[in-house]
Amino acid sequence: MRRHPIIQMVAIGAVASAIGIALALWINWFPADAAKQAKPIDTLYDVLMIVSIPIFVLVMTVILYSAWTFRMRPGQELQDGPPIHGNTRLEVFWTAIPAIILVSLCSYAYGVLTDIEQTHKGELVVQVHAIQFAWSFGYPRADGRAVVSNQLYLPQDRPVRFDIDTQDVIHDFWVPAFRVKIDAVPGIVTHLRVTPTRLGAYPVICNELCGLGHSVMRSTAHVLTAAAFDSWLAQKRAPATPAGAAGGGAPSQAQLIALGRQTFTGDGGCGACHTLAEAGTTGTTGPDLGRALRGQSQADLRTDIVDPNARITPGYSANIMPPNFGQTLSAQQLDGLVAYLATVSK
Amino acid sequence: MLAKLRAPGWYRAGLFALLAIAFAYVLVGVVRSAMHFANPWTDGDAVTTVALLGVPLFVLVGIGCFDYWFYWVSGRATRPEDHSSHGAQSWKDYFRVNTDHKVIGIQYICTSFFFLFVGGLLAMLMRAELAQPGMQFVSSEQFNGLFSVHAALLIFLFVIPVFAGIANFVIPLMIGAPDMAFPRLNALSFWMLPLAGLLMVGSFLAPGGSFATGWTAYAPLSTEMPIGQLFFTIGVQFAGASSIATALNFLVTIITMRAPGMSFFRMPLLVWANFSTSLLVVIATPFIAASQFFVLLDRALGFQFFNAFVGAGKDGSVLMYQHVFWFYSHPAVYIMMLPGFGIISEIISVKSRKPIFGYRMMAFSLIAIVILGFTVWAHHMFVSGMQSWIRIPMMITTAIIAVPTGIKIFSWLATLWRGVLHLDTPMLFALGFLTTFTLGGISGVMLAMVPFDLHVSDTYFIVAHIHYVLFGGSLFTIFAGVYYWFPKMTGRMYDERLGKLHFWATFVFFNLTFGPMHVIGIQGMPRRVADYAQQFAGMNLAISIASFLLGLSMLVFLYNMVVSWRLGPRAAANPWRALTLEWQVSSPPPIFNFDAVPTVVGGPYEYGVPGAVHGIFQSPAQAKPAGSVATAPTTE
Repeated sequence: MRRHPIIQMVAIGAVASAIGIALALWINWFPADAAKQAKPIDTLYDVLMIVSIPIFVLVMTVILYSAWTFRMRPGQELQDGPPIHGNTRLEVFWTAIPAIILVSLCSYAYGVLTDIEQTHKGELVVQVHAIQFAWSFGYPRADGRAVVSNQLYLPQDRPVRFDIDTQDVIHDFWVPAFRVKIDAVPGIVTHLRVTPTRLGAYPVICNELCGLGHSVMRSTAHVLTAAAFDSWLAQKRAPATPAGAAGGGAPSQAQLIALGRQTFTGDGGCGACHTLAEAGTTGTTGPDLGRALRGQSQADLRTDIVDPNARITPGYSANIMPPNFGQTLSAQQLDGLVAYLATVSK
Repeated sequence: MLAKLRAPGWYRAGLFALLAIAFAYVLVGVVRSAMHFANPWTDGDAVTTVALLGVPLFVLVGIGCFDYWFYWVSGRATRPEDHSSHGAQSWKDYFRVNTDHKVIGIQYICTSFFFLFVGGLLAMLMRAELAQPGMQFVSSEQFNGLFSVHAALLIFLFVIPVFAGIANFVIPLMIGAPDMAFPRLNALSFWMLPLAGLLMVGSFLAPGGSFATGWTAYAPLSTEMPIGQLFFTIGVQFAGASSIATALNFLVTIITMRAPGMSFFRMPLLVWANFSTSLLVVIATPFIAASQFFVLLDRALGFQFFNAFVGAGKDGSVLMYQHVFWFYSHPAVYIMMLPGFGIISEIISVKSRKPIFGYRMMAFSLIAIVILGFTVWAHHMFVSGMQSWIRIPMMITTAIIAVPTGIKIFSWLATLWRGVLHLDTPMLFALGFLTTFTLGGISGVMLAMVPFDLHVSDTYFIVAHIHYVLFGGSLFTIFAGVYYWFPKMTGRMYDERLGKLHFWATFVFFNLTFGPMHVIGIQGMPRRVADYAQQFAGMNLAISIASFLLGLSMLVFLYNMVVSWRLGPRAAANPWRALTLEWQVSSPPPIFNFDAVPTVVGGPYEYGVPGAVHGIFQSPAQAKPAGSVATAPTTE
């Protein structure tokens, strides 16, 4: 006995939709969620999948069912279908229903947006400075000056407001684990609100094409416990104490070189863009330093770091290397780098 | 030789190109001397800038696009009835200025397919680089150039003009006109196109490399780039001028040259689609022209429109570029989609042997998309730092524009229902289009939801979405249309088996290439990067392999088209038993399309109505209405 085709299709469609939705909810689509903003966005995505899959299944069921049932069979070459010109009720129905679904989704999305962009009292303000092709992060102090770091450190469970600016072209500040992003726009300061929730280290990505080094414009966001964050900030604020030199006094040459190497190979360090055999780095945005720096004086090496446009290696262009390492590196790190590079480029 | 240099054609075009370079050199030298600039005669950048504007214009004059008007202006005989440059006898005629809409249509289609293959090869190079993390084949400078030229070519030199080409061939035939309203303007619009394409491809030879700021060319990055950027800035002006002139031509042709009896509601939906598209082009394209002129002025003359760091008030506005750019470039996605909707309506109705379901709603939904299309541009800017309240109305309009698009999809499905489906190559591409475009539409609605967009904006999710819409959407309709009208255009049949092979290979590898991009996008892989984190390595390798196979499937198409055009079996006048007027004349059509002016007596899709006719080749006095009343909606 042949059942009504529409009932058959509804049954097939319902099963297919159920399988599709179950699959979509089971798959882990998103990267780690490390902020309060992540959950509502991930849930919105789930809702969108639950609404979308039946619509896609509906279209596919009709196409496949028609292609199978109504396909031209031998002998039907000159036949035509029935002259159905339309059906006003059906057309009103498939105009109104999608409109209602879409407006409901928009209302829900608006709710999510208000929720994730809520302002809080006592926000921690972090300045994000973008420059081709590096990030630096400023933590304002009471005296108006700021502690600057080229990695992002955030306390857990405290609302943060980022004030984002750029010194050259448009960049985009994005931590995928926080889900939200915003452009750094020349001439204005843009804002982003995030409440980190999960300890760990997450990539910071420039997400707007900003030139040659765009794909290496990365940094790391560290979410620390409130206590660890405070002590990190206090240490940053204190006059620089040598990293390895316990008990004060000038660090030894070996300590300097070790610090330099650590700076070179660390996250967002020189190795991201430069190849250096000794450090084991393979970046290709800038010149191979094993060759480019051979036999340079310490003074020249220092200039190359703090004023990269002063001398350009043949075959490379000016304005690629960030000109702000003089500010983002501590004096100690700079000394270390110079000492390290001097030893490896002898 | 001298005669050849004086007659319109390639020799004179070459000579004029040299003249243009000399002109640019002298003009720049004289002006810079007069202004007491340093090195007035040796500034290569300045000369190149002027030459980029001058050479295409001079070449257009040299090749003969303006001869008729120059004759008229100078008072010489203009030979108004001379149609010597009409029709094509040999392949060489396709390389000359020709005023026949059928020749121009084929010129458009072949030129744009040439650029499709160039753009596709650039994509293959990108996928080769992206197959593994780290840098292997190209530098990051070259990579940025590859994706920029890829996108610019496929948008401005393929999708937009290939639709203009199909419409150029088909629309005058469909409405019963002997040609377009302005045949010489039509020729001029076409010839601007290869020049724009050469500028964009030629940018690879520019010192400092090709333009590398994406097809969006956001300022201020684009105003600071080497001279290669100007090849885009100026190339877009020529492609845009070509589009605007063609769109005006279509509007006038469709409004004034319809055959007697063809009311607006007896027009085939392809004509409606091109009418709507032309409205979009005429209104929107001047905005991208403006945005690129701003960039040109910033870069060449230091106007500081987009420089927020210098000038008295530091008042350059970076966001202004994006608003002006997207005010064109969002309607542009409908410019790249509506003609495809038209093609699909023709094919689904003819191949299902049924009238199109809800003809009037199909026409009205096109107009609704035109109007709504101008209200959604800032959804490209949800993370741009513009005032945050604008996001809400833009989210709502963006979601609502899915309603007219949904009406079209559901009407096509209803047209399939209970038809007699001829599942040949054009129909397979039409059904494939319904599948992939529905997916592209769904991801579009997801992107409209601001909070989700905050996460996936500028990631591979966007790359996936745009390819589902432009490849799975536009390109599938283009393939459907090219197969469908191939017999009419060439007078030959294509190979059906190869056509089906092409469809299945394209459909499968398309989904394998672009489907996984949604996933890596959500996981956090940004777009426009030459290098990426190790975690995406496996997916990217799979995508690259699928993309190479997708590239190979295009060779099946190329082979089928070239061999069938030369050696395919002769096509009948009306192999699809279609009702629209272009199928009522021989394949290929006679030089002036119709030996007798047709009279339209019914709707274009009256399949299944006994004895229904759309047009007859008799004078209106003799013509009697046949079949049912044209498009009065009847319920089942």
